[in-house]
Amino acid sequence: MDSTKILVRGLRKRFAVRGLPVDALDGLDLDIRRGEFFCIVGPSGCGKTTFLRILAGLETHGDGSIEVVRDPDGWNEGDGRARKRPLNSMVFQEQSIYPWMTVRDNVAFGLKARGMARRERRELAERHIRTVGLMGFEEALPHQLSGGMKQRVSLARAFANDPEMLLMDEPFAALDEQTKLVLQTELVRIWEGSRKTVVYVTHSIDEAIVLADRILVMTARPGRIKKLIDVGEIFPRPRQVADVKSSPRYGKLFGEIWNQLRDEVAIAQAADEAAVMER
Amino acid sequence: MSQPRASDRTVVQAGRKDGGGPRWLSRARIERAISLASPLLLLAIWQLGALSGHVDTRFFPAPSAIFVEAEQMVKTGEMWIHLTISLERIAIGFVLGAVPGIAIGLATGLFSPVRAIVQPLVDATFPIPKIAILPLFIMTLGLGEESKYAIIATGVIYFVLINTAAGVRNIDRIYLDVGKNFGASRWMMFTDVALPGALPLIMTGLKLGMGVALLVIVSAEFVGAKSGIGYLIWTSWQVFQVEKMYVGLLVCAALGFVTAILLEYCERILIPWRPRRG
Repeated sequence: MDSTKILVRGLRKRFAVRGLPVDALDGLDLDIRRGEFFCIVGPSGCGKTTFLRILAGLETHGDGSIEVVRDPDGWNEGDGRARKRPLNSMVFQEQSIYPWMTVRDNVAFGLKARGMARRERRELAERHIRTVGLMGFEEALPHQLSGGMKQRVSLARAFANDPEMLLMDEPFAALDEQTKLVLQTELVRIWEGSRKTVVYVTHSIDEAIVLADRILVMTARPGRIKKLIDVGEIFPRPRQVADVKSSPRYGKLFGEIWNQLRDEVAIAQAADEAAVMER
Repeated sequence: MSQPRASDRTVVQAGRKDGGGPRWLSRARIERAISLASPLLLLAIWQLGALSGHVDTRFFPAPSAIFVEAEQMVKTGEMWIHLTISLERIAIGFVLGAVPGIAIGLATGLFSPVRAIVQPLVDATFPIPKIAILPLFIMTLGLGEESKYAIIATGVIYFVLINTAAGVRNIDRIYLDVGKNFGASRWMMFTDVALPGALPLIMTGLKLGMGVALLVIVSAEFVGAKSGIGYLIWTSWQVFQVEKMYVGLLVCAALGFVTAILLEYCERILIPWRPRRG
């Protein structure tokens, strides 16, 4: 259970912003364990989303390496063919489900891409639609759904794909507080049922505490490790979101993380202001 | 401080009540009624002007006379001969232009080498008035139907191609990222992401193409045909049967109107997710 899943060594990423090189990541070293819910918080622009997109294979990186140790059950059987489980599936921040597909087709998208037979992927999709509480909406088109329901579809699409790790980029950032709370609760419930390795990027300290086993606080750009915080020690699983939030230890932990983060946010803001002045 | 006395208080009404008045007087209904009435009003003025002699009926025959002529042409079957032949030319030419337009447009949007080849050709030839190529088509394809199909197809293909390519290029990056992250094959990217993603702009291209098809067919039939709505308008002018000429114009207007409604309907069926105004 405690073995390493993702090994990050000396990872660098350099962008060109208006012709000038900017280091997004400057030698990141990180071990993420198999089956843990790993949250990354950091000031905006610290490279946390960049790191996630590199993990997802959507962006390239410079020096350094990322190694992923494959799960022992990396194969699953289905319609007579053994099929390799996908390495990762991403849940995006913005509206990312296809507006021209029904809820069912959206959820089954990854399964179709992997060549699963129609009937099998239909069944699997419907099971995951039920898990996220959207039964009865299988035939609905995204424009008929609320923002919260759309993100449920996005979650179901990623979980249905049964990847070895789930990558989430602030999936609830655009939702209102109450919807966010409901979806966080559901995510905890669904995740505790599957115990997949999750890398979750957020700017919300609150969300990180509620969801994470461990929290990585990142520095301002270029992103490095500021501190690693073990939440699982303080709030063991299974976890009730409401209990965590009303616990006195929650307030203490929030203060601790904010103390780590405050200086970095100030640095990031100063850098932003300097950039504006230059222009 | 003592409590304020009742006489110190000034009360004002805040907020506004729902508008009163009967339902049938709602703004939307009034506007719809006006839209319906305005062309009728124009016809009425025209008719009165023609009857009272204020309008020269040699050039602007009374609407009633035009409708009588139209009825006559329907009865004798003359109308159907011209209408069906024009419709056939439009339909065949439209398909001949739209299908390759979509195919080349998709390829242009998806693959940059194709774009590098196609873009300059489109940019260079697009500004040529399509009707100016008619002599070339008559020379190569003869005076028969083929030259009509070709000229319509030429008019249609540009709008469909340009819009389709733009449709593919404008697909949100995130939809491509999702496809990539979930391991969609090239073929699936095409059928499940690029094609439906570009569909709204493809439809726009088809609508514009249909408009051009109507423009082009009438002018093509002026000179290179012995039948069709354009031929009807042109010969009526030459023999000074002005009412007939107006019937031809009326049919053109009706054709534009009906095809617009038809394409709108297709869009609703094909693109149920497209946000609609009104």
